[in-house]
Amino acid sequence: MNETISAARRAKVFLLNALMYLAAGLVCLLLVGIIGYLLFRGVPYITWELVSTKPSLLRGTVGILPNILNTAYLILATLAVVLPLGVGAATYLNEYAKNERLVRVIGLATETLAGIPSIIYGLVGMLAFVQFCNLGTSLLAGALTLAVMTLPTVIRTTEESLKTVPQSYREGSLGLGAGKWHMIRTVVLPCAIDGIVTGCILSIGRVAGESAALLFTAGMANEMMNLLEAVQPGNAGSTLTIALYMYAKERGQFDVAFAIAVILLALTFLVNLAAKAAAGKLKKKRG
Amino acid sequence: MDKMRRMGKRVETGMGALFFLCGVLTILFVALITVFLLASGIPAIQKIGLFDFLLGSVWASTAAEPSYGILPFLLTSVYGTFGAILAGTPIGLLCAVFLAKMAPEKAGTAVRGAVDLLAGIPSVVYGLVGMIVVVPFVRDAFGLPDGANLLSAIVVLAVMILPSVISVSETVLRAVPKEYEEASLALGATWTETVFGVVVPAAKSGIATAVILGVGRAVGEAMAVMMVSGNVANMPKLFGSVRFLTTAVASEMSYSSGLQRQVLFSIALVLFLFILAVNLILNLIVRRGERNE
Repeated sequence: MNETISAARRAKVFLLNALMYLAAGLVCLLLVGIIGYLLFRGVPYITWELVSTKPSLLRGTVGILPNILNTAYLILATLAVVLPLGVGAATYLNEYAKNERLVRVIGLATETLAGIPSIIYGLVGMLAFVQFCNLGTSLLAGALTLAVMTLPTVIRTTEESLKTVPQSYREGSLGLGAGKWHMIRTVVLPCAIDGIVTGCILSIGRVAGESAALLFTAGMANEMMNLLEAVQPGNAGSTLTIALYMYAKERGQFDVAFAIAVILLALTFLVNLAAKAAAGKLKKKRG
Repeated sequence: MDKMRRMGKRVETGMGALFFLCGVLTILFVALITVFLLASGIPAIQKIGLFDFLLGSVWASTAAEPSYGILPFLLTSVYGTFGAILAGTPIGLLCAVFLAKMAPEKAGTAVRGAVDLLAGIPSVVYGLVGMIVVVPFVRDAFGLPDGANLLSAIVVLAVMILPSVISVSETVLRAVPKEYEEASLALGATWTETVFGVVVPAAKSGIATAVILGVGRAVGEAMAVMMVSGNVANMPKLFGSVRFLTTAVASEMSYSSGLQRQVLFSIALVLFLFILAVNLILNLIVRRGERNE
């Protein structure tokens, strides 16, 4: 078919096609390059000692177990706060709200929250939770900050899923005499579980990868804590991301930093897979 | 029976109120963030004077006679973001066109997977790779004493905004009506000409959304930039060590006190207003796009 068009046009088409393939190739190359380089630099330093001990000045060893645990605690605590609030907000928007204008304002506020950079969350979290609520630099303050930060994600995914619950389910439930709350609890929310799960997974990814918002809220301690200690005010703890930053920027221990980066990368990969699986389920339900 | 009904009613009202509270929570949070930033950011601006604060070109917070001009940070953030957009948008847009209109199914899935993964990589990891790979590369390529400068930051930022630019652009490109393509093809344009001559222009406002989203991401990025930009409060130079608005807040927060600390909150306030403006523009574009449909 290209025989019929002029040489100039053919050249232009060829050029544009080439540029497009180049751009797509570049994106893939970037990913492969970053992953390959991280694996190459980091994997040799992931040892059992590194992931199973805490850092010891006496023995001069480095361990990141406290950071791994802190990341897990932070994820749990953040989810515990953000899930009820986010699901509640989405339920209000989809099931209760009648005032169009209020819904629009809430939507606008949610978008605004989603657009605020994490460094500002960190700063306001420090002002509000660390100082104003007097929680001290602590994992708890970090979790509360991240809960506000991840709220838009949970609201959005839950709302998407609530919209796919057929109206007839609601009518059936109400027709049988259920109250509105009873209907929501037993019919609507269980049907929207996939959206809630997707919101959870995306939040986990966000929390695990967050650093700027934690710098001034969750602190930099590397002590071992159990879950109960971790959620008490005043107990600071650094996550994997903060530990990576400290090892790379402040101490110049790049081997440890790369090892942590590989762990974070694996986490990202898992979160991605899980999110894809959940989204696939959601799509199937819709289709 | 009557008692039960009354109980049920009370539970209903209670739950309704609870859901309402959750619903307005985001409004409350935005209001609180604004109040906290205004309350802690304005005093220092009053002390220094708005003019000296915004347009002062010397930042010397720890000097004997401190000077708190944030123009270096403002300009660095603007230049850095502009540079990242300039470098990232063409690549992102071309990649999005490829994904939306050209890619064979398997290649599309692969590239899309790569984009999703790139979006998920934490910013400290980008910072680390930038520190170890980009910074030395820039240093050697341009024969500089140190490669931690604005250019390195732009490179890292450009990579970091790619995923959002690509995924939003792809979505809007897919939303362009098929009839446009068919009309163009019927007039004898080739598929590539159709895509670039008709589909891309038709998705103009959506692509603008993608770019502005990228702007928001680049302006707000702190950790990765902190690791590669050198972090000295110079006026922006491509090959000079620079400090962004975000990194200005982060780098002195841990040891600051008094007026110096207050100024950091003022910088955060400026950053916040910057982001709000970006969001506002985004909303206007989206709304205009909706009206046009």
